[in-house]
Amino acid sequence: MITLNVNNSAHQVSAEPDMPLLWVLRDLLNLTGTKFGCGVAQCGACTVHLNGEAVRSCITPVSRAENQQVVTIEGLSKDTTHPLQQAWMAHDVPQCGYCQSGQIMSAAVLLRQNPDPTDEDIDLAMSGNICRCGTYPRIRKAIKDAAKIQKQKSNA
Amino acid sequence: MNVTNQQKKYRIPVIPTVITLLLLITTSAAFFSFTNDHGKKAPVVNADSLASVQAFTQVYRVLMSPRCMNCHPAGDQPLQGEDSHIHTMNVHRGTDGKGLYALKCTNCHQSKNVPGVHTPPGNPKWALPPADMKMVFQGKTAHELAIQIMDYDRNGHKNKEQLLEHARDTLVKAGWNPGEGRALPPLSYTAFVKAWDTWIEKGAFAPK
Repeated sequence: MITLNVNNSAHQVSAEPDMPLLWVLRDLLNLTGTKFGCGVAQCGACTVHLNGEAVRSCITPVSRAENQQVVTIEGLSKDTTHPLQQAWMAHDVPQCGYCQSGQIMSAAVLLRQNPDPTDEDIDLAMSGNICRCGTYPRIRKAIKDAAKIQKQKSNA
Repeated sequence: MNVTNQQKKYRIPVIPTVITLLLLITTSAAFFSFTNDHGKKAPVVNADSLASVQAFTQVYRVLMSPRCMNCHPAGDQPLQGEDSHIHTMNVHRGTDGKGLYALKCTNCHQSKNVPGVHTPPGNPKWALPPADMKMVFQGKTAHELAIQIMDYDRNGHKNKEQLLEHARDTLVKAGWNPGEGRALPPLSYTAFVKAWDTWIEKGAFAPK
């Protein structure tokens, strides 16, 4: 059994240590918001937070997450009020939506570390998340708006 | 045997000349040796410029191979592949060499290689050199690289012992376990360590 904390809840899973974290999340914990894209860390669809960092869960062995903190798109906020989620809805960012949970989880790390990102900062953070629908312009706008929302919330 | 006046005249400058030559050799060996340890010079025993340079020529082939050079780029982005193209995903060094924001090295690079062809190779220390000590290999001549490696202020503050140890570092060794689909460095790991040690132990001379 492997113990890990996912979205602030302790879980024990029966998994081989080298099972990818994505399999544990989707197949054992039924958290299907995180998607399988390429399986080789090339597309970013499977991005989740491991101790606050945007890891690619498709190639992260669950042993690395043992006794660590994992956050998935389901746990980013309790009620879909994370500034990124609000901005994503306001800009109607998704088209097919498949990559979007990974996009948001990567953007969340950016906003945590840089509350006022420039276009260049967004490129530096987001270039590993591919969107085959090409929603990049809306993603960029939404991240900038989320930064404003985050600032307003912190000032409130 | 009789010594003519002419021979005496010839002999007199020989002693100073020999002394001068000895001084020059000693000085140059010291120059290329461990002047890098903030004043603590390690003595060079068995200095041999030919053997040292010959060894570094082998070392240089390894250091300039993609397995080493790809993480010692001239710019602030790591390189990838046998053609050392710029790493996809716009990955950047960051101040600590461990990447930026959602693109930190260990977000993809695990503590060991991921199974499969061209999947991310792994090591617990996976990173570039930090921004304040870039330790660039790309584009360096053998002369430049040898001088850089011996420079305490440009080699990660390593003295002689630490440089010798560095060849045994797990991240250096990872070059010989690059994951499926990647070529090995041009020397075996054992041959590389032997050449590295020889280069340093024989005086760490830089090729011209």
